[in-house]
Amino acid sequence: MTAFVRNQWYVAAYGREVGRELLGRTILGEPILLYRTEDGRAVAMSDRCVHRRFPLSQAPSRLDGDRVVCGYHGFTYGTDGGCVYVPGQQRIPRTARLNTYPVIEQDSFVWVWIGDREPGDTVPPRAPWMDSPDYTVVSGMEPIDGDYGLLVDNLMDLSHETYLHGGYIGTPEVAETPITTEVDDAAGVVYVSRHMHDAECPPFYAKSTGIEGRITRWQDIEYHAPGLYLLHSRIAPVGAPAPNADGSDPHAFHTEVVYGITPSTETTTYDFWAVARDFALGDQEVTDFLRENNHTVVMQDVVALNVLQQSLSTEKAGYQELSINIDTGGLAARRILARLAQANTEQRSVATAR
Amino acid sequence: MNPLHPTVLTGDNVFRIHWILGTDRLLAVCHCGAEREFEDPVLLWDWLLGHPNDHRAGPESEPAVAPQPLHEVFA
Repeated sequence: MTAFVRNQWYVAAYGREVGRELLGRTILGEPILLYRTEDGRAVAMSDRCVHRRFPLSQAPSRLDGDRVVCGYHGFTYGTDGGCVYVPGQQRIPRTARLNTYPVIEQDSFVWVWIGDREPGDTVPPRAPWMDSPDYTVVSGMEPIDGDYGLLVDNLMDLSHETYLHGGYIGTPEVAETPITTEVDDAAGVVYVSRHMHDAECPPFYAKSTGIEGRITRWQDIEYHAPGLYLLHSRIAPVGAPAPNADGSDPHAFHTEVVYGITPSTETTTYDFWAVARDFALGDQEVTDFLRENNHTVVMQDVVALNVLQQSLSTEKAGYQELSINIDTGGLAARRILARLAQANTEQRSVATAR
Repeated sequence: MNPLHPTVLTGDNVFRIHWILGTDRLLAVCHCGAEREFEDPVLLWDWLLGHPNDHRAGPESEPAVAPQPLHEVFA
Protein backbone atom coordinates (compact mmCIF):
# COMPACT_ATOMS: atom_id res chain seq x y z
CA MET A 1 0.00 0.00 0.00
CA THR A 2 0.95 3.63 -0.32
CA ALA A 3 1.81 5.00 3.12
CA PHE A 4 -0.42 7.74 4.51
CA VAL A 5 1.06 11.21 4.72
CA ARG A 6 0.06 13.14 7.83
CA ASN A 7 0.50 16.82 8.62
CA GLN A 8 -1.27 17.74 5.40
CA TRP A 9 -4.53 19.33 4.26
CA TYR A 10 -6.99 17.02 2.55
CA VAL A 11 -10.27 17.66 0.77
CA ALA A 12 -12.96 16.31 3.09
CA ALA A 13 -16.01 17.49 1.16
CA TYR A 14 -17.42 20.08 -1.17
CA GLY A 15 -18.76 23.10 0.67
CA ARG A 16 -22.24 22.25 -0.62
CA GLU A 17 -22.11 18.88 1.14
CA VAL A 18 -21.52 20.40 4.55
CA GLY A 19 -24.66 21.87 6.07
CA ARG A 20 -27.08 21.35 8.90
CA GLU A 21 -27.15 17.61 8.28
CA LEU A 22 -24.38 15.60 9.94
CA LEU A 23 -21.83 14.24 7.46
CA GLY A 24 -19.35 11.47 8.20
CA ARG A 25 -16.12 10.94 6.26
CA THR A 26 -13.14 8.72 7.06
CA ILE A 27 -9.80 10.34 6.19
CA LEU A 28 -6.46 8.60 6.71
CA GLY A 29 -8.38 6.07 8.76
CA GLU A 30 -9.83 8.73 11.09
CA PRO A 31 -13.64 8.99 11.29
CA ILE A 32 -14.53 12.67 10.99
CA LEU A 33 -17.85 14.45 11.55
CA LEU A 34 -18.56 17.54 9.49
CA TYR A 35 -21.35 20.09 9.82
CA ARG A 36 -22.01 23.79 9.53
CA THR A 37 -22.81 26.01 12.52
CA GLU A 38 -25.84 28.28 12.51
CA ASP A 39 -23.60 31.17 11.50
CA GLY A 40 -22.30 29.20 8.49
CA ARG A 41 -18.92 27.99 9.72
CA ALA A 42 -17.81 24.47 8.73
CA VAL A 43 -16.48 22.44 11.66
CA ALA A 44 -14.86 19.00 11.89
CA MET A 45 -14.43 16.71 14.86
CA SER A 46 -14.15 13.04 15.71
CA ASP A 47 -17.13 11.05 14.48
CA ARG A 48 -17.15 8.76 17.53
CA CYS A 49 -18.88 9.49 20.80
CA VAL A 50 -16.38 9.15 23.66
CA HIS A 51 -18.86 6.96 25.57
CA ARG A 52 -19.44 3.84 23.47
CA ARG A 53 -17.98 5.02 20.15
CA PHE A 54 -21.33 5.46 18.42
CA PRO A 55 -20.89 7.36 15.13
CA LEU A 56 -22.16 10.90 15.63
CA SER A 57 -22.93 11.19 11.92
CA GLN A 58 -25.37 8.31 12.25
CA ALA A 59 -29.07 8.91 12.91
CA PRO A 60 -30.64 9.33 15.36
CA SER A 61 -27.63 11.50 16.32
CA ARG A 62 -28.64 15.09 15.57
CA LEU A 63 -27.81 18.74 15.86
CA ASP A 64 -29.32 20.86 18.63
CA GLY A 65 -28.38 24.37 17.61
CA ASP A 66 -24.62 24.11 17.14
CA ARG A 67 -24.33 21.15 19.49
CA VAL A 68 -24.18 17.51 18.48
CA VAL A 69 -26.34 15.07 20.41
CA CYS A 70 -25.28 11.42 20.25
CA GLY A 71 -28.18 9.30 19.09
CA TYR A 72 -27.30 6.44 21.41
CA HIS A 73 -27.21 7.89 24.98
CA GLY A 74 -27.44 11.63 24.50
CA PHE A 75 -23.85 12.73 25.15
CA THR A 76 -23.77 16.28 23.79
CA TYR A 77 -20.79 18.19 22.41
CA GLY A 78 -20.03 21.78 21.49
CA THR A 79 -18.19 22.95 18.38
CA ASP A 80 -14.92 22.88 20.33
CA GLY A 81 -15.42 19.14 20.91
CA GLY A 82 -16.06 19.61 24.60
CA CYS A 83 -18.82 17.54 26.15
CA VAL A 84 -21.52 19.73 27.71
CA TYR A 85 -24.02 17.08 28.78
CA VAL A 86 -23.96 13.46 29.89
CA PRO A 87 -27.09 11.56 30.86
CA GLY A 88 -28.14 11.09 34.48
CA GLN A 89 -25.34 12.92 36.30
CA GLN A 90 -23.99 16.39 36.91
CA ARG A 91 -20.28 15.62 36.64
CA ILE A 92 -18.90 15.60 33.13
CA PRO A 93 -15.78 13.42 32.94
CA ARG A 94 -12.65 15.42 32.21
CA THR A 95 -11.76 13.21 29.25
CA ALA A 96 -15.17 13.65 27.61
CA ARG A 97 -13.85 15.65 24.67
CA LEU A 98 -13.83 15.01 20.94
CA ASN A 99 -10.71 15.67 18.94
CA THR A 100 -11.33 18.58 16.58
CA TYR A 101 -9.71 19.24 13.21
CA PRO A 102 -8.59 22.52 11.66
CA VAL A 103 -10.82 23.44 8.70
CA ILE A 104 -10.28 25.79 5.77
CA GLU A 105 -12.98 26.41 3.21
CA GLN A 106 -11.37 27.39 -0.06
CA ASP A 107 -12.13 27.08 -3.78
CA SER A 108 -15.45 25.32 -3.02
CA PHE A 109 -13.69 22.58 -1.02
CA VAL A 110 -13.76 21.96 2.71
CA TRP A 111 -10.16 21.12 3.60
CA VAL A 112 -9.34 19.33 6.84
CA TRP A 113 -5.90 19.17 8.43
CA ILE A 114 -4.85 15.65 9.40
CA GLY A 115 -1.79 15.92 11.57
CA ASP A 116 0.11 15.43 14.76
CA ARG A 117 0.63 19.17 15.11
CA GLU A 118 -1.22 22.37 14.21
CA PRO A 119 -0.92 23.54 10.58
CA GLY A 120 0.67 26.87 11.49
CA ASP A 121 1.28 28.81 8.28
CA THR A 122 0.66 25.81 6.05
CA VAL A 123 -2.36 26.34 3.81
CA PRO A 124 -3.96 24.09 1.19
CA PRO A 125 -2.88 24.46 -2.45
CA ARG A 126 -5.22 26.51 -4.63
CA ALA A 127 -7.72 25.60 -7.33
CA PRO A 128 -9.22 29.05 -7.95
CA TRP A 129 -11.26 28.04 -11.01
CA MET A 130 -13.61 26.07 -8.78
CA ASP A 131 -15.55 29.13 -7.65
CA SER A 132 -14.48 31.74 -10.19
CA PRO A 133 -17.21 33.64 -12.10
CA ASP A 134 -15.05 33.23 -15.21
CA TYR A 135 -15.56 29.46 -15.22
CA THR A 136 -18.48 27.04 -15.23
CA VAL A 137 -17.83 23.93 -13.16
CA VAL A 138 -19.16 20.40 -13.04
CA SER A 139 -18.04 18.26 -10.13
CA GLY A 140 -18.72 15.19 -8.07
CA MET A 141 -17.19 12.60 -5.81
CA GLU A 142 -16.79 8.88 -6.31
CA PRO A 143 -15.41 6.47 -3.74
CA ILE A 144 -12.77 4.06 -4.99
CA ASP A 145 -12.12 0.65 -3.43
CA GLY A 146 -8.41 1.11 -3.89
CA ASP A 147 -5.20 2.49 -2.40
CA TYR A 148 -4.94 6.23 -3.10
CA GLY A 149 -1.58 5.59 -4.75
CA LEU A 150 -3.42 3.84 -7.57
CA LEU A 151 -5.37 7.02 -8.31
CA VAL A 152 -2.19 9.12 -8.21
CA ASP A 153 -0.56 6.68 -10.61
CA ASN A 154 -3.59 6.79 -12.89
CA LEU A 155 -3.74 10.57 -13.06
CA MET A 156 0.00 11.15 -13.44
CA ASP A 157 0.14 9.12 -16.65
CA LEU A 158 -2.52 10.26 -19.09
CA SER A 159 -1.41 7.89 -21.82
CA HIS A 160 -4.01 5.54 -20.32
CA GLU A 161 -6.67 7.83 -21.82
CA THR A 162 -6.01 6.28 -25.21
CA TYR A 163 -6.99 2.84 -24.00
CA LEU A 164 -9.26 3.20 -20.98
CA HIS A 165 -11.10 6.29 -22.19
CA GLY A 166 -11.14 5.77 -25.97
CA GLY A 167 -14.20 7.42 -27.50
CA TYR A 168 -14.41 9.95 -24.66
CA ILE A 169 -11.15 11.82 -23.98
CA GLY A 170 -8.65 9.38 -25.41
CA THR A 171 -7.17 9.57 -28.89
CA PRO A 172 -4.09 7.80 -30.31
CA GLU A 173 -1.91 10.90 -29.98
CA VAL A 174 -2.07 10.98 -26.18
CA ALA A 175 -0.17 7.73 -25.74
CA GLU A 176 2.17 8.54 -28.62
CA THR A 177 3.33 12.00 -27.55
CA PRO A 178 6.43 12.33 -25.34
CA ILE A 179 6.23 14.14 -22.03
CA THR A 180 8.42 16.55 -20.12
CA THR A 181 8.54 16.19 -16.35
CA GLU A 182 9.62 18.69 -13.73
CA VAL A 183 9.86 17.94 -10.04
CA ASP A 184 10.25 20.37 -7.17
CA ASP A 185 11.01 17.86 -4.47
CA ALA A 186 11.05 20.36 -1.61
CA ALA A 187 7.68 21.84 -2.57
CA GLY A 188 6.20 18.40 -3.28
CA VAL A 189 5.12 19.40 -6.78
CA VAL A 190 5.31 17.34 -9.98
CA TYR A 191 4.62 18.99 -13.34
CA VAL A 192 4.12 16.87 -16.45
CA SER A 193 3.62 18.44 -19.88
CA ARG A 194 2.31 16.71 -22.96
CA HIS A 195 1.77 19.03 -25.91
CA MET A 196 0.14 17.51 -28.99
CA HIS A 197 0.39 19.73 -32.03
CA ASP A 198 -1.87 17.94 -34.49
CA ALA A 199 -4.28 15.61 -32.81
CA GLU A 200 -7.70 14.15 -33.27
CA CYS A 201 -10.33 16.02 -31.27
CA PRO A 202 -12.00 13.59 -28.86
CA PRO A 203 -15.80 13.73 -28.52
CA PHE A 204 -15.48 15.25 -25.03
CA TYR A 205 -14.03 18.40 -26.56
CA ALA A 206 -15.56 18.28 -30.05
CA LYS A 207 -19.11 18.37 -28.71
CA SER A 208 -18.45 20.87 -25.95
CA THR A 209 -16.40 23.37 -27.98
CA GLY A 210 -17.87 22.85 -31.45
CA ILE A 211 -14.42 22.28 -32.98
CA GLU A 212 -14.79 19.97 -35.96
CA GLY A 213 -11.24 19.53 -37.26
CA ARG A 214 -7.94 18.54 -35.76
CA ILE A 215 -6.57 20.32 -32.73
CA THR A 216 -3.52 21.30 -30.78
CA ARG A 217 -4.02 19.76 -27.38
CA TRP A 218 -1.92 20.62 -24.36
CA GLN A 219 -2.09 18.66 -21.13
CA ASP A 220 -0.14 20.19 -18.27
CA ILE A 221 -0.38 18.28 -15.02
CA GLU A 222 0.40 20.00 -11.75
CA TYR A 223 0.31 17.59 -8.81
CA HIS A 224 0.59 18.97 -5.32
CA ALA A 225 1.35 15.95 -3.19
CA PRO A 226 -0.44 14.38 -1.58
CA GLY A 227 -3.99 15.63 -2.11
CA LEU A 228 -4.51 18.00 -5.06
CA TYR A 229 -4.14 17.28 -8.76
CA LEU A 230 -4.65 19.89 -11.47
CA LEU A 231 -4.75 19.27 -15.20
CA HIS A 232 -4.50 22.44 -17.25
CA SER A 233 -6.00 21.44 -20.58
CA ARG A 234 -5.75 23.69 -23.65
CA ILE A 235 -7.62 22.93 -26.87
CA ALA A 236 -7.37 24.97 -30.07
CA PRO A 237 -7.90 24.35 -33.78
CA VAL A 238 -4.66 23.51 -35.56
CA GLY A 239 -3.17 26.78 -36.81
CA ALA A 240 -4.73 28.96 -34.12
CA PRO A 241 -2.35 31.50 -32.57
CA ALA A 242 -0.40 30.47 -29.48
CA PRO A 243 -1.02 32.15 -26.11
CA ASN A 244 0.04 35.77 -25.85
CA ALA A 245 3.09 36.81 -23.88
CA ASP A 246 0.86 38.27 -21.17
CA GLY A 247 -0.75 34.88 -20.63
CA SER A 248 -4.01 35.68 -22.36
CA ASP A 249 -5.10 33.03 -24.84
CA PRO A 250 -8.25 34.13 -26.65
CA HIS A 251 -8.03 31.60 -29.49
CA ALA A 252 -8.11 28.49 -27.31
CA PHE A 253 -10.57 26.68 -25.08
CA HIS A 254 -9.42 25.81 -21.59
CA THR A 255 -10.55 23.32 -19.03
CA GLU A 256 -9.08 23.05 -15.58
CA VAL A 257 -9.54 19.50 -14.41
CA VAL A 258 -9.27 19.29 -10.64
CA TYR A 259 -8.99 16.21 -8.43
CA GLY A 260 -8.99 16.09 -4.66
CA ILE A 261 -7.29 12.80 -3.84
CA THR A 262 -8.18 11.87 -0.29
CA PRO A 263 -7.07 8.58 1.25
CA SER A 264 -9.91 7.15 3.32
CA THR A 265 -8.67 3.77 4.52
CA GLU A 266 -5.66 1.78 3.33
CA THR A 267 -7.74 0.41 0.47
CA THR A 268 -10.38 3.08 -0.12
CA THR A 269 -10.10 6.58 -1.54
CA TYR A 270 -12.36 9.59 -2.10
CA ASP A 271 -12.07 10.77 -5.70
CA PHE A 272 -13.27 14.40 -5.80
CA TRP A 273 -13.41 15.33 -9.49
CA ALA A 274 -14.23 18.57 -11.24
CA VAL A 275 -14.03 20.14 -14.69
CA ALA A 276 -13.97 23.95 -14.87
CA ARG A 277 -14.29 25.50 -18.34
CA ASP A 278 -13.81 29.01 -19.66
CA PHE A 279 -16.15 28.58 -22.64
CA ALA A 280 -19.90 28.18 -23.09
CA LEU A 281 -20.26 29.74 -19.65
CA GLY A 282 -23.64 28.98 -18.17
CA ASP A 283 -24.70 26.92 -21.20
CA GLN A 284 -26.78 24.21 -19.52
CA GLU A 285 -26.60 21.85 -22.48
CA VAL A 286 -22.80 21.91 -22.44
CA THR A 287 -22.81 21.62 -18.65
CA ASP A 288 -25.05 18.55 -18.77
CA PHE A 289 -22.94 16.99 -21.52
CA LEU A 290 -19.65 17.54 -19.67
CA ARG A 291 -21.07 16.34 -16.36
CA GLU A 292 -22.39 13.11 -17.86
CA ASN A 293 -19.34 12.54 -20.04
CA ASN A 294 -16.80 13.24 -17.32
CA HIS A 295 -18.71 11.14 -14.83
CA THR A 296 -18.50 8.28 -17.33
CA VAL A 297 -14.73 8.82 -17.63
CA VAL A 298 -14.33 8.93 -13.85
CA MET A 299 -16.32 5.71 -13.50
CA GLN A 300 -14.13 4.03 -16.12
CA ASP A 301 -11.19 4.81 -13.84
CA VAL A 302 -13.06 3.77 -10.70
CA VAL A 303 -14.03 0.39 -12.16
CA ALA A 304 -10.50 -0.19 -13.43
CA LEU A 305 -8.86 0.79 -10.14
CA ASN A 306 -11.28 -1.34 -8.11
CA VAL A 307 -10.35 -4.31 -10.26
CA LEU A 308 -6.67 -3.44 -10.03
CA GLN A 309 -6.82 -3.26 -6.24
CA GLN A 310 -8.54 -6.64 -6.07
CA SER A 311 -5.90 -8.05 -8.35
CA LEU A 312 -3.00 -6.57 -6.36
CA SER A 313 -4.51 -7.76 -3.09
CA THR A 314 -4.17 -11.34 -4.25
CA GLU A 315 -0.56 -10.93 -5.39
CA LYS A 316 2.19 -12.51 -3.35
CA ALA A 317 4.24 -10.08 -1.27
CA GLY A 318 7.13 -8.56 -3.16
CA TYR A 319 5.44 -8.71 -6.56
CA GLN A 320 7.15 -6.77 -9.27
CA GLU A 321 6.13 -4.34 -11.95
CA LEU A 322 7.83 -2.60 -14.82
CA SER A 323 8.05 1.14 -15.43
CA ILE A 324 8.73 2.84 -18.77
CA ASN A 325 9.10 6.40 -20.00
CA ILE A 326 5.41 7.26 -19.59
CA ASP A 327 5.75 6.56 -15.86
CA THR A 328 8.34 9.26 -15.19
CA GLY A 329 5.83 11.60 -13.54
CA GLY A 330 4.12 8.81 -11.61
CA LEU A 331 7.43 7.58 -10.24
CA ALA A 332 8.25 11.12 -9.13
CA ALA A 333 4.94 11.31 -7.30
CA ARG A 334 5.59 7.98 -5.57
CA ARG A 335 9.02 9.11 -4.45
CA ILE A 336 7.63 12.32 -2.98
CA LEU A 337 4.82 10.48 -1.17
CA ALA A 338 7.31 7.98 0.24
CA ARG A 339 9.60 10.79 1.37
CA LEU A 340 6.76 12.67 3.06
CA ALA A 341 5.58 9.51 4.83
CA GLN A 342 9.12 8.77 5.96
CA ALA A 343 9.42 12.29 7.34
CA ASN A 344 6.24 11.65 9.36
CA THR A 345 7.78 8.49 10.80
CA GLU A 346 10.98 10.30 11.76
CA GLN A 347 9.03 13.14 13.37
CA ARG A 348 7.06 10.64 15.44
CA SER A 349 10.27 8.85 16.46
CA VAL A 350 11.78 12.11 17.67
CA ALA A 351 8.61 12.97 19.56
CA THR A 352 8.56 9.53 21.20
CA ALA A 353 12.21 9.76 22.21
CA ARG A 354 11.66 13.05 24.01
CA MET B 1 16.12 20.81 -24.22
CA ASN B 2 12.83 20.78 -26.05
CA PRO B 3 11.97 24.42 -26.79
CA LEU B 4 8.29 23.51 -26.93
CA HIS B 5 8.35 22.79 -23.23
CA PRO B 6 9.70 25.85 -21.45
CA THR B 7 10.37 25.34 -17.77
CA VAL B 8 7.46 25.98 -15.46
CA LEU B 9 8.52 25.29 -11.89
CA THR B 10 10.77 27.95 -10.41
CA GLY B 11 12.10 26.42 -7.19
CA ASP B 12 15.83 26.26 -6.45
CA ASN B 13 15.99 22.47 -6.56
CA VAL B 14 13.92 21.39 -9.55
CA PHE B 15 14.70 18.16 -11.39
CA ARG B 16 13.78 18.10 -15.09
CA ILE B 17 13.31 15.07 -17.29
CA HIS B 18 12.94 15.43 -21.02
CA TRP B 19 11.78 12.64 -23.26
CA ILE B 20 14.11 13.15 -26.19
CA LEU B 21 11.95 13.56 -29.27
CA GLY B 22 12.19 10.78 -31.78
CA THR B 23 13.91 8.45 -29.34
CA ASP B 24 13.05 6.21 -26.39
CA ARG B 25 15.58 7.99 -24.19
CA LEU B 26 15.05 10.29 -21.24
CA LEU B 27 17.38 13.18 -20.46
CA ALA B 28 17.66 13.83 -16.74
CA VAL B 29 18.76 17.30 -15.68
CA CYS B 30 19.66 17.79 -12.04
CA HIS B 31 19.27 21.14 -10.30
CA CYS B 32 23.08 21.20 -10.05
CA GLY B 33 23.33 21.23 -13.84
CA ALA B 34 24.42 17.61 -14.26
CA GLU B 35 22.75 15.81 -17.17
CA ARG B 36 22.53 12.18 -18.13
CA GLU B 37 20.51 10.08 -20.53
CA PHE B 38 18.62 7.01 -19.45
CA GLU B 39 16.45 4.30 -20.94
CA ASP B 40 14.83 3.40 -17.64
CA PRO B 41 12.98 5.94 -15.45
CA VAL B 42 13.72 3.97 -12.28
CA LEU B 43 17.47 4.18 -12.83
CA LEU B 44 16.98 7.81 -13.79
CA TRP B 45 15.34 8.61 -10.46
CA ASP B 46 17.99 6.70 -8.55
CA TRP B 47 20.61 8.89 -10.23
CA LEU B 48 18.75 12.19 -9.77
CA LEU B 49 17.93 11.57 -6.14
CA GLY B 50 21.48 10.40 -5.54
CA HIS B 51 22.67 13.99 -6.02
CA PRO B 52 25.51 14.89 -5.65
CA ASN B 53 26.90 11.38 -6.21
CA ASP B 54 28.24 11.03 -9.73
CA HIS B 55 26.87 14.43 -10.75
CA ARG B 56 29.07 16.61 -12.89
CA ALA B 57 27.73 19.74 -14.54
CA GLY B 58 27.25 19.43 -18.27
CA PRO B 59 26.05 16.70 -20.55
CA GLU B 60 27.45 13.21 -20.19
CA SER B 61 28.96 11.83 -23.35
CA GLU B 62 27.73 8.29 -22.87
CA PRO B 63 24.12 7.47 -22.18
CA ALA B 64 23.62 5.24 -19.18
CA VAL B 65 22.41 2.00 -20.64
CA ALA B 66 21.79 -0.86 -18.29
CA PRO B 67 19.64 -3.96 -18.36
CA GLN B 68 16.16 -2.80 -17.47
CA PRO B 69 15.39 -4.34 -14.09
CA LEU B 70 12.04 -5.17 -12.70
CA HIS B 71 11.43 -3.38 -9.45
CA GLU B 72 9.31 -3.95 -6.42
CA VAL B 73 6.05 -2.07 -6.23
CA PHE B 74 6.04 1.18 -4.30
CA ALA B 75 9.71 0.67 -3.45
